[in-house]
Amino acid sequence: MDWRRFAIIALIIGIMFGTVVLIGVSQNSALVLITSMLATTIAVATPLTLGALSGLYCERAGVVNIGIEGMMLGAAFFGWLASIYMNTVFHLAAMPSLLTGVVTAVVTGGLFALLHAVLSITFKVDQIIGGTVINILAAGITGFLNRQMFFGGGSVFGGQIPHSPGVLPRIHVPVLGDIPGLGRVFEQQPIALAALALVVITHFVLFYTRWGLRTRAVGEHPAAADTVGINVIRMRYMNVIIGGMLAGLGGAYFTLESISSFEPLMTNGRGFIALAAMIFGNWTPFGAWAAALVFGAAQALQINLQFLRQLIPPQWAFLQNSYVVGLAPYVLTMLILTGLIGRTIPPAADGKVYEK
Amino acid sequence: MQSADQQGFLRNLTRRLDPLIVPLLAILTAVVIGGLIIWAVGGDPIAAYRGLVQGAFGSDRALSETAVWATPYIFAGLAVAVAFKGGLFNIGAEGQLAFGAVMAALIGYALPDWLHTPIPAYIHIPLAIGLGVLAGAAWAAIPGALKAYTGGHEVINTIMMNYIALNLTSFLLNGPMKDPNPLNVVARTPSIAESARIPPIFVDLRVHWGFVLALLVAAFMWWLLWKTTVGFEIRTVGANPDAAKYAGINVKRTIVISMALSGALAGLAGAIEVTGLNYRHELGFSVGYGFDAIAIALLGRTNPFGVILAAILFGAMRNGATRMQFLTQIPIDIISVIQALILLFVAADAIVRYIYRIRAREERVVLTRGWGG
Amino acid sequence: MANTSLVLEARGITKQFPGVLANDRVDFDLRQGEIHALLGENGAGKTTLMNILYGLYRADSGDVLVDGQAVTILTPKDSIGLGIGMVHQHFMLIPVFTVAENVMLGDETVRRGMLDRKTVAGKVQELSHKYGLDVNPQALVGQLAVGLQQRVEIVKTLYRDAHILILDEPTAVLTPQEADDLFRIMRELTKRGVSIIFITHKLKEVLAVADRITVMRNGHVVGTTTPQETNEAQLASMMVGREVILTVRKEPAQPKEKILEVSDLHVKDDRGLDVVRGVSFDVRAGEILGIAGVQGNGQTELAEALTGLRAVQGGEFVLGGVDLTGDPPRPITEAGLGNIPEDRQRHGLVLSYTVADNMVLCSYYLPPFARGLVLQQEAVDANARRLIQEYDVRTPSPYVPTSKLSGGNQQKVIVARELSRPVKLLIASQPTRGLDVGSIEYIHKQLVLMRDRGVAVLLVSAELDEILALADRIAVMYRGQIMDFVEAEDSDKESLGLLMAGIKPASQPEPAA
Repeated sequence: MDWRRFAIIALIIGIMFGTVVLIGVSQNSALVLITSMLATTIAVATPLTLGALSGLYCERAGVVNIGIEGMMLGAAFFGWLASIYMNTVFHLAAMPSLLTGVVTAVVTGGLFALLHAVLSITFKVDQIIGGTVINILAAGITGFLNRQMFFGGGSVFGGQIPHSPGVLPRIHVPVLGDIPGLGRVFEQQPIALAALALVVITHFVLFYTRWGLRTRAVGEHPAAADTVGINVIRMRYMNVIIGGMLAGLGGAYFTLESISSFEPLMTNGRGFIALAAMIFGNWTPFGAWAAALVFGAAQALQINLQFLRQLIPPQWAFLQNSYVVGLAPYVLTMLILTGLIGRTIPPAADGKVYEK
Repeated sequence: MQSADQQGFLRNLTRRLDPLIVPLLAILTAVVIGGLIIWAVGGDPIAAYRGLVQGAFGSDRALSETAVWATPYIFAGLAVAVAFKGGLFNIGAEGQLAFGAVMAALIGYALPDWLHTPIPAYIHIPLAIGLGVLAGAAWAAIPGALKAYTGGHEVINTIMMNYIALNLTSFLLNGPMKDPNPLNVVARTPSIAESARIPPIFVDLRVHWGFVLALLVAAFMWWLLWKTTVGFEIRTVGANPDAAKYAGINVKRTIVISMALSGALAGLAGAIEVTGLNYRHELGFSVGYGFDAIAIALLGRTNPFGVILAAILFGAMRNGATRMQFLTQIPIDIISVIQALILLFVAADAIVRYIYRIRAREERVVLTRGWGG
Repeated sequence: MANTSLVLEARGITKQFPGVLANDRVDFDLRQGEIHALLGENGAGKTTLMNILYGLYRADSGDVLVDGQAVTILTPKDSIGLGIGMVHQHFMLIPVFTVAENVMLGDETVRRGMLDRKTVAGKVQELSHKYGLDVNPQALVGQLAVGLQQRVEIVKTLYRDAHILILDEPTAVLTPQEADDLFRIMRELTKRGVSIIFITHKLKEVLAVADRITVMRNGHVVGTTTPQETNEAQLASMMVGREVILTVRKEPAQPKEKILEVSDLHVKDDRGLDVVRGVSFDVRAGEILGIAGVQGNGQTELAEALTGLRAVQGGEFVLGGVDLTGDPPRPITEAGLGNIPEDRQRHGLVLSYTVADNMVLCSYYLPPFARGLVLQQEAVDANARRLIQEYDVRTPSPYVPTSKLSGGNQQKVIVARELSRPVKLLIASQPTRGLDVGSIEYIHKQLVLMRDRGVAVLLVSAELDEILALADRIAVMYRGQIMDFVEAEDSDKESLGLLMAGIKPASQPEPAA
């Protein structure tokens, strides 16, 4: 990841944090504000990070996946449904229910990804159309089932009123969490921590293992990989499914970690922003993560400004209007894509159908 | 034994019908699977579909409502189809439509006040529609220009513009453009003036002349794409931008024109809804049109006349669904699932061909050329 | 001297593709330590046969024996395991990987779960020294010269202990000197026990380096012979099935006024590197100027700049007295340029369009094909019918998509289109690449015909034989500059080869512009 991009990311995050500190420093210490922002940033960047990693696995293997949004939405719904089911019908305690939910979400993501893989790789459907199909399918199924099961006369839950087991608890990380002052930043919920770990793991896998070498080969020059005996189709399928499972984990964040209920279309474009993060990060794990943090910081800014509402001097009052700040991630994404901030180079065979 | 003549005739007939076969079978398969889903959650598929058909075609009023639903679908489907022909994927029809609707509404309710004089309908209506068209065109031209001049992929940029449009219209409809009527709590504009309303075709039915306009515009698009130099340029850039460049076509300018044209059609969809049906714009009214438009464009094989048929189908389904839900308590969302399945089978027509053993045709829509940049 | 034991035998290989019988009961064998050339024109079935032996395709029927044992080869893993290695015509290398990574792909050395790049690099160095191949394991393949990339491909096969090596058109991208270098390496390899199959369509090479020659045509083997028992003319007629006139008959040129004047042109490539560095030349009406040179020395970008497809960084060019530097394609075309592009499917045709539409690709906006904004379909159709007949384009109808035509007929569509306009300068880039002999003869005839009609022809070709046959004057391009201009009568392959490799003979006077 080149220095110019890194510098710009640091600058943007610095500006956002600086704004909050300037506004709120009369009421709270700067350190408290910064750590609070950082903690929020890491938390809300979780689905973006996981979505970006999901896209990374797919695209490094040569398959464009714009269905991440749908995968996350579907996973959010089915994971949530599973956790409620376990809690309500089987009377499981909260943690096991939630964990079942997470597993279900991951599997759901994997299944949607399998569909995308079958469409794009075996049936050679245009990959963007395939991704769009996933998105529409996920929106339709989750909307339908949501209304059917929860507003239609729920015979699904054995006559009982469905109740959610809540959200995953924060975990205290041993060494990092004990740092005075900054320790709060690392007090995160499991999926957020998993996302951080997965960034490192992905970097290692992609650049230091045999699997990573072969995956990248398949995404750059599938014919070359084929001639040395690598099964291009199998590599692509497996990477897409792994991507789907990561997207599924990202979806679990929405309904099992962030809030404990489901809203139709609740992913709200996060899957697409994750793709932009991946592109901006030049298809590398750390780059994508950094970009995800920028978007996360923008969202954290929006959240914190609401709390600081009464402190905002009149000239800055327009910031109160959450629409203005809410626009920031989207405008930022577009600016990033213009390439003003450095050229990005996708894997050479990204998006191309492989035929012998 | 059939004579050579008869065999030739049949072969000719099947060749002409071939473009229709896959979409029809795709619809059939999706309907069957939808029926299975309905049955799986405890409903009666036959009753559900009967309700659907009744609701869509069963009376004058039903037909009128189907046409009402189909009208914006035709425009939006054309929007996506035109973009496809130009090699572009316009997922932003949603935002372009919303922006067009808002602007049309603005002219509709505010212009007489600004000018302090009533305006005759034959000026007011075209103005309102015209601004809606321009708004949609501009909204799409931005990602178009970004694609042409910076290589930024239009898929993400149009999606971003959708969310920006959503936020923008939220802001406008909750703020400066909100209906000042004290009884109103919803985010919506005031009603537009009488002079800005497109008259209905029949006295007591909702179907309005916008539907006829939609059919005319579709025909015009067909003419534009296949019978003019502009259309030739759009299609050539879509088919092979390198050869288009050698042919002397200004590829960048054509990309922007294609997107602007696409956005104009989407804006027209929004404007017509405002001036012909709702007589105002309300938040949340247009959600989902964008993705439906993609399905309609693909189902209609990106051909304007196919789009008309596909739009009528989707309009019929949406319309009939309310009656279906009323009669059988099956949620109307099942329609979304069926539509997604139709799209699935049309896009992956290989699946349908495999199931029904049909030989393959040539054309394949190729849009993904990686992220460029 | 090769001994007579067979390391590889293929018997009765048959492979059918939709519409084409690529291999028809082909028998082929390879003796220990020999260089066996497989000769045939494009489409004869040579690459298909080799792809079957390498495991990329599966034969419909037939047997393969390696070292006397019957074997089944289903994937490249099988053939690699049997000691068969293949160097493809279009390199199977990943530009963003290093040499070591490319070599180990598919057969990675792993230590404690991680790639062991160091060990592989060591082995690559060892092989490199042993066979005189000289490759650096840490280099990024995308930045290597073409000749070096080819050596990486050879190292890849040796790394896997290949003792049967298949080379597919290896000299297509090499200068004559680099080709000689390759032949030296090949003989070195055979001395160490490697047996080589060498696919080509170049007659002179085959006679120079092969121990045995097998000729294929239309999917079957025509015959096997040795260089001692045959000659070029005989091989050519075996390849084509009839008498082939190997040289183009042409009158001496009668050049008139200057049509194209290029002065100090500078062009960058897609990566932003200077790839045309100060090129100047003229082309006169009624002459063919041939630009010779191995691919990758800037010829492609030069042609693209002259047709308006690529920006010009410096210098200028003038066509028929009009300065067209930096103009887009349309004004240049209207000024009288005709172009037969190097990549015909990318720049020359819209494959999904009909023959008729492709024939008006550059003039669709002009009368009679358009009145204002409205296309006149009848005029387009009439034009197509006329051109199809005039240029003998083999197509069932003008409404067939050009994707259905053969390579030769696609090229004819392009030629017909370009020459049906009033053209002052014709640029032909690699015009006969991938075509069958019949089409090659046709294109050559057309080029000479145009020259005789007073058109200035700029021929860019990597096939030295083509340049020598057609050009009146020859300019050799090396690393973005013109090394020298030579009159066709005064030139020969050796001296041109030296220029193509960047070596200017010391006694040469300064190059004339």
